[in-house]
Amino acid sequence: MGNYYKDNKDLKFHLSHPLMDKIVKLKEHDFRDSGKFDYATCTSEDTIDSYDKVLEIMGEICADVIAPNAEEVDKTGPHHEDGRVTYAPGTQINQDVLIQSGLYGMYLPREYGGLNFSMVPYVMSAELVARADAGFANIWGLQDCAETIYEFGSEELKSEFLPRINCGETCSMDLTEPDAGSDLQAVMLRATYDPKKDLWLLNGVKRFITNGDAQIKLVLARSEENTSDGRGLSYFVYDKEWGGVTVRRIENKLGIKGSPTCELVFKNAPAKLVGERRMGLVKYVMSLMNGARLGVAAQSVGISEAAYREALKYAHEREQFGKPIIQFPAVYEMLAIIKAKLHASRSLLYETARFVDIYKAYNFISQERKLTPEERTESKNYQKFADMLTPMVKMMASEYCNENAYDSLQIHGGSGFMKDYPIERIYRDARITTIYEGTSQLQVVAAQRYVTNGSYLAMIRDYEKSEVKLDYLQLKKKLIKMTDQYQTAVETVSGQDPEIIDFQARRLVEMAANIIMSYLLIFDAQRDCSFSDSACIFTNKAKAWNDERFSYISAFAHNDITPFLSIKEENISE
Amino acid sequence: MTRSFKIVVLAKQVPDTRNVGKNAMKEDGTVNRAALPAIFNPEDMNALEQALRLKERFPGSKVELLTMGPPRAADIIREGLFRGADGGVLLTDRKFAGADTLATSYALSMALRKMNPDLIISGRQAIDGDTAQVGPQVAEKLGYPQITYAEEIGEWKDKMFTVKRRIENGIEIVRTPVPAVITINASAPVCRPRNAKQLMKYKHARTLTEEHDNEHNSYLPIHSLDTLRITEWSVSDVGGDEESYGLSGSPTKVKKIENIVLQAKESKRLTSSGEEIDSLVKELISLHTIG
Repeated sequence: MGNYYKDNKDLKFHLSHPLMDKIVKLKEHDFRDSGKFDYATCTSEDTIDSYDKVLEIMGEICADVIAPNAEEVDKTGPHHEDGRVTYAPGTQINQDVLIQSGLYGMYLPREYGGLNFSMVPYVMSAELVARADAGFANIWGLQDCAETIYEFGSEELKSEFLPRINCGETCSMDLTEPDAGSDLQAVMLRATYDPKKDLWLLNGVKRFITNGDAQIKLVLARSEENTSDGRGLSYFVYDKEWGGVTVRRIENKLGIKGSPTCELVFKNAPAKLVGERRMGLVKYVMSLMNGARLGVAAQSVGISEAAYREALKYAHEREQFGKPIIQFPAVYEMLAIIKAKLHASRSLLYETARFVDIYKAYNFISQERKLTPEERTESKNYQKFADMLTPMVKMMASEYCNENAYDSLQIHGGSGFMKDYPIERIYRDARITTIYEGTSQLQVVAAQRYVTNGSYLAMIRDYEKSEVKLDYLQLKKKLIKMTDQYQTAVETVSGQDPEIIDFQARRLVEMAANIIMSYLLIFDAQRDCSFSDSACIFTNKAKAWNDERFSYISAFAHNDITPFLSIKEENISE
Repeated sequence: MTRSFKIVVLAKQVPDTRNVGKNAMKEDGTVNRAALPAIFNPEDMNALEQALRLKERFPGSKVELLTMGPPRAADIIREGLFRGADGGVLLTDRKFAGADTLATSYALSMALRKMNPDLIISGRQAIDGDTAQVGPQVAEKLGYPQITYAEEIGEWKDKMFTVKRRIENGIEIVRTPVPAVITINASAPVCRPRNAKQLMKYKHARTLTEEHDNEHNSYLPIHSLDTLRITEWSVSDVGGDEESYGLSGSPTKVKKIENIVLQAKESKRLTSSGEEIDSLVKELISLHTIG
């Protein structure tokens, strides 16, 4: 009888952030559902209490159902036969219990059967599920698709599809094709309009589709003949009942084995248009992607949490040279750094989620009434903050969960390499997070503009204005120096060739991220001193990491790039 | 035509005796309830799951909980509501206090006469007393058939339920008409978790006593006071012979209480060598453990 929410007080800490009151009031439209729905909340305090209690349900299911199933699900995996996919038995049990407990459609409004939760507790749930089974987190997390239908679909589409989410119908997001991965502009799957049936018909192939045999699919397809770029793409919703889509094969993967990754064949599959034509990639997928990236960040933090706990447990249990290995500096240092990275990425995750919450709530309010000029400015600012932090947290959290899984396995020694401990699964599961929903390299591309236009710097200087307690003054001084250093590094790079700017971009984004996460940890530590160790450890490491990057950037002469270029001429000859 | 059933689940709030620490017992040998968290008796939870499954199988069925205890035992009713029960009754009155199993089953049976269910389901026994007497006594008082150690309530055919019993060395399949009392074994499926919407709705459910307690009133939605009232019944609500309730209705007298400290004996590790096994056998014979 465990509980992944109750055994981790850091989650409740983030749930009680001072901004939550504002978020809840915006999200609940001043509690107008109270009286309309018997499960609606009536005050801010009542809403947070509901978040807390529902997260408790989630925590219990994660600990008692999903986590115990994870090993078997990893071993068995889904089954593919006659063009259809069956989940591993454990996956189906997870699914059934979550449906029974009403934990699908968390983010959806109550009028569509949802719980109308804000992003913060929804992201927390995703983190909990990922800690229990990172592969299953994908199947659960694809309820994100409903958000796209809600934001951009017609009333008709909303009432047709959204109420089914809370009943547990699964979703998939069908974007990738054999020749369109990172570059989605190259999507070829054809959508042709059939005026007689007033339906679109989809033809083509999709690849690497997570949960590809879902009941409700969102499909990116080329609706405009003779186009070849993103502006010829539209977004469609497909219902499995309509037929025409078969699963050609499922992938045999390194990790997240419980989550079926499908190759799909569309043969005259009927579909309905979501929103406007030609806006598929440029508007809807981009929006969906931001949600999905936050989802992967949550998944990554969940994996980090799992890796940390496995390492801590093992380091206490395992004795060598007459004492538990946690007594050795080499081990406790690793553990403390795992924990600091976990805390740092989690703080960045919830900071981002809060920003998303505020601007999205304003977006919905603006559909009903005109926002005041102050509200409009606030909404715009928060949207910008969210856009700035989303690629950053996706990259940092996923990189950290890989580093943490690596170190946790290292702490396990030879035993970690065997199938006997969960860490080997966690290590494999972690690997995908820096790849899907945009690789770390692509997150850098998305974040880069905020380096060059000074947005990150402005954000950091804003954090700098906050007063800190005496205990954290030394750390803050360090951070101010690091910020000056970052500013110099940006100035050094920005005058150079575009090639060099791209070459150095990741270092700059990481420098900004390190400073931002350090600040967030100091703010956390001021609210709860249990974070002070992590704040201290992380800031000191961040300084060392940034020094290294700065030293590389500042010593990098213009022609230092030349030896790198010659690699492009090399190839493996047959 | 499918039929529906009115089901009452008997549930008890008990001190969590599964993780007993040092302070679990008072000096005088009684249970220190303050040191142990109050929980939903585990096998009553299995019983609730059986009831909820019946409700799903027979649309239109209603599941209610019946519990007897102090005002805070309203938690038991709420736990049931969170998981899909339709309502519940809390039997609470100072006159019920101090009841042994006989007085308890009398009180429950009086309340059940008023509730008039088709099926009464309870856990086999409670983890505080371990008597397993209340379910069967309720059945006797109401004159209903009783099925104990049940694991699964099966098909409804020819106006009879098929019930699987977990007995020593195997399984027994029996059939019963309704009304009947069925007590559920721990080997039955565990209860489902709480449902998010039910929880958000019923976390506001209160007994009248609790409504008068300001502490609980911090954010009660005004619109739903009526639908969220948990029924409380006192002795006067259920009627019957006042002398048969509580302490006066309890023939059980505690003569003496002894504290028993269970200690793990020292363990011995043997290899598979013949000599060591020989010496163990000899030792066990000399201790009259075997032979």
